[in-house]
Amino acid sequence: MSEHVLPKKLYFVIFASLIVLTAITTGAAFIDLGPFNTVVALVIAVCKASLVVLFFMHLKYQTGMTRVVILAALLWLAVLIGITMSDVFTRHWTEKGAPWQHSSAILPGEPTGSTVLQLQDRG
Amino acid sequence: MGLRRLTLADGHDSAALVAHQFDDFEQQTQADTFGMWLFLATEVLFFGGLFCGYALYRNLYFEAFTAGSHLLKIKYGASYTVLLICSSLTMALGVRSAQLRRQTALTVYVVLTWIMGFAFVYVKLRYEWYGDYLEGLVPGLNFAPRGESLDMIHHFHATVPHVGLFFIFYFVMTGVHALHMVIGLGLLTTLLIFAKQGKVTKGNFLWVELVGLYWHFVDIVWIFLFPLLYLIGGRYV
Repeated sequence: MSEHVLPKKLYFVIFASLIVLTAITTGAAFIDLGPFNTVVALVIAVCKASLVVLFFMHLKYQTGMTRVVILAALLWLAVLIGITMSDVFTRHWTEKGAPWQHSSAILPGEPTGSTVLQLQDRG
Repeated sequence: MGLRRLTLADGHDSAALVAHQFDDFEQQTQADTFGMWLFLATEVLFFGGLFCGYALYRNLYFEAFTAGSHLLKIKYGASYTVLLICSSLTMALGVRSAQLRRQTALTVYVVLTWIMGFAFVYVKLRYEWYGDYLEGLVPGLNFAPRGESLDMIHHFHATVPHVGLFFIFYFVMTGVHALHMVIGLGLLTTLLIFAKQGKVTKGNFLWVELVGLYWHFVDIVWIFLFPLLYLIGGRYV
């Protein structure tokens, strides 16, 4: 078994990048970018996480097996979030909704004046 | 930056470190590492459920979540992030020391990591959460925003119960994260004992690498929690 011993300098470069990105994301929150505030914050978070995974967690030097595990985790995460969102935020696309949408118990909130969930009314 | 390769055979009896179910040391190392990554994949989905619920309700009650975020102190969130990044650096350097079999350096780095991890948990409980409690922001205990907090909620045209929903997400997500930190502190303590006994430097250093993977993962969770909870929708109001 061979282990890759990375040079110390690399760890400090990654560390500095993470600190700089933290400063940028904190600073960006104080500038009005409209909906892009969230986009910027998430893009920076993904960059930071990638740096940690690739270098601190040595993914760059791991076997293909480890990559498959990470891809599987991300895929299932995408399924979890993607399908939940595509369900909830397309419910108002149909005029009356499917029978299983006729329940105010699905989501809490103010009465919408209709038995069908009118998500767009809430902004 | 050139890579140096280190083999276990460097003056060590590798056969003694291989459990009987494995053919050789390399197979054992790969199996152990694979197991840890698999565990972390389940952790991604564990936190993923919380992030999914958060994303859903944030979209439904955007004003309330923005108002709730403004009630959090950004100085805490930012300091935690810096603290965790520093502890990730010392952890990574600790793993490197274990690879190079430098016992003193390993001990120093693990102790530094432990101190920063402990500082994270201590400041969160003693100052941030206790402060939230004094301001009446803990759902289930005393959720009744008043004064400036209430003004902030009105400023965003949000309702108090919906802001309460934000705080439930806030306390559950940061709480589960803090629990992971406490478990990590336990792992680091074990590591320290092993290092003192020379089990790491004379034996299998993979232990350090696996604890490091866990520690970095917990850091990554915070990297997402910080912008989502503290910076949501901008802080320019």
